[in-house]
Amino acid sequence: MDMKRDYYEDIEVFSSGTVLFWSIALFVFLFTLPLYLSSYNIYLFNIILVHVILAVGLNILVGYTGQISLGHAGFFAIGAYGTALLMTHLGLPFFVSIIAAGLIAAFFGFIIGLPALRLEGPYLAIATLGFGLTIMHIIGRWDIFGGRMGIQAPPLDIGIPQWGLSALLDSDVKMYYLILVIAIVMVIGARNMMKTRIGRAFVAIRDDDIAAEVMGVNLLTFKTLSFAVSAFYAGVAGGLFGFVLGFFDPFTFNLILSIIFLVMIVVGGLGSVLGAVMGASLITYLQYDLLKNVDEMPYLGDALVWFSRKFFTVIGLENFNSIMLGLIMLGIVIFEPLGMFGIWIRIKKYWKTWPF
Amino acid sequence: MAHFKVENIGISFGGIRAVQGVSFDVRQNSIFSIIGPNGSGKTTIFNMISGIYKPDSGRVVLDGENLTGLSPDRIARRGVARTFQNIQLFGNATVMDNLMLGRHIHMKTGVLSGFFMLGKWTPCAREEVRHREVVEHIVDFLDLQSVRDQFVSGLPYGKRKLVELGRALALEPKILLLDEPSAGMNTEEKDDLRIWIKDIQEDYRVTILLIEHDMNMVMGISDRILAINQGLKIIEGTPAEVQKHPDVIAAYLGEEDIDAHDQEHRDMV
Repeated sequence: MDMKRDYYEDIEVFSSGTVLFWSIALFVFLFTLPLYLSSYNIYLFNIILVHVILAVGLNILVGYTGQISLGHAGFFAIGAYGTALLMTHLGLPFFVSIIAAGLIAAFFGFIIGLPALRLEGPYLAIATLGFGLTIMHIIGRWDIFGGRMGIQAPPLDIGIPQWGLSALLDSDVKMYYLILVIAIVMVIGARNMMKTRIGRAFVAIRDDDIAAEVMGVNLLTFKTLSFAVSAFYAGVAGGLFGFVLGFFDPFTFNLILSIIFLVMIVVGGLGSVLGAVMGASLITYLQYDLLKNVDEMPYLGDALVWFSRKFFTVIGLENFNSIMLGLIMLGIVIFEPLGMFGIWIRIKKYWKTWPF
Repeated sequence: MAHFKVENIGISFGGIRAVQGVSFDVRQNSIFSIIGPNGSGKTTIFNMISGIYKPDSGRVVLDGENLTGLSPDRIARRGVARTFQNIQLFGNATVMDNLMLGRHIHMKTGVLSGFFMLGKWTPCAREEVRHREVVEHIVDFLDLQSVRDQFVSGLPYGKRKLVELGRALALEPKILLLDEPSAGMNTEEKDDLRIWIKDIQEDYRVTILLIEHDMNMVMGISDRILAINQGLKIIEGTPAEVQKHPDVIAAYLGEEDIDAHDQEHRDMV
């Protein structure tokens, strides 16, 4: 048991030697990953990291502040289109574009946050749902956004090519390092923010908004701030996602995506930065890799195909992956309401008290 | 000029006049109690002072500044803190986090400086540590060391009452509104609470407004008492004056048999 000597240790990122050791081990693993993985798997990891950024942001809104959003695909889209268009049309450098796109998303988040002062629960869900769908359709009808045909992401140059400082990231591996660094900064930043006055005010609004207000928390400021911060995360994630895909259209950012984002944080654990990271990783991995061809897996796939042919249709059910994903979600929510973060806490407790 | 003044305050809910024209003055650093039967409007007065309800008429003035009609967070910033009758803490946060929320209005950290809290020397971390020190004094004062890092929702009732008191204290209020702080406490806890309230008055130099049903406590620690019934003021005066007033005896302390009933009720609680 470590004794604390200093109040700062309560809020430190690496609160003990053990945490520091494993964090470094994780960083070393992540930074050397391209040495062990195939190109497709690096592509998969890029998507995972993008989703991690988004899920951490969404968890600030849903898990910490207790507001709901069914429109995060909209902020994601604003980030993707914003970054790509600012680079192609205005010729802005990558970092300026992605931060600007994030701020545009944050502005929309602020606007959507205003009705949240009066709307709660299902009503807020409908309002944000409306936003997500509207954004998708506006983009689909506007020529500058490429309409329904979608647009091509510009070459990812993180330097300032106009000044001759070109740094072109032309492979998934190079892109991976960029996304990894941004993801680490965003995750640690979120974790820091949640340890300060800002995060406490969010939690206070979630748990008891009247008491929060009586203690001096301005609900207007902090509810809209939560929406704005969350939307900024979604915007930055979207900006990166555009380059990962290379090509995207309005229907990339559909309603199902917004719901999958919610699934990530519920499965990972509401109100926990680490939970969001774990949930985004697991769900993305399941969706893009493990369950993609579940009917071709040995034994399990055969059993599923046989089962569906026997009981449902002659040709067998489509979308096994969705069915399996649904079952896994159901299982986690029923057996571990705190999500993967809850499982993590129990494992930690087990090792700390081992062998008792 | 009076330190804290409520003038002719009144509010109705759909035709029911919950509080009608109640006025009182509170001296700096005194303990002022409001008593009255259930439903007489005591908590409603607190809700109007802290801005949860907007009064239909009248004014609330603290140190010459009109608080009437301000939003609750603005009123908090002007130095009014309160506890609630039915404990309103942030259940899924630790005791420490609940107390730290009391420091909210004294802290400045914004999104960016919070995001980049990368070391002990950053302004945000320094501010955080400074306020944790302040809160640690309150933890010591209220004897909460053993539950410091526990989640509030798992704590026993008496501890949660104390955490709520600590959270209000952390705001460093000029005036502290305590809504039935001893409800649900046993005799021993009540004795401790009584000492704490006295200490808060003396050490923290806070003016205390108290709603309380325990007559021993009210008569023992109050400087002045306001008795109300059905939203109307009966009398305001020293404990001795209030105790003797025939209307108070009739309305609140009651006749012989009502008193016995009241005692029984209190024992049940």
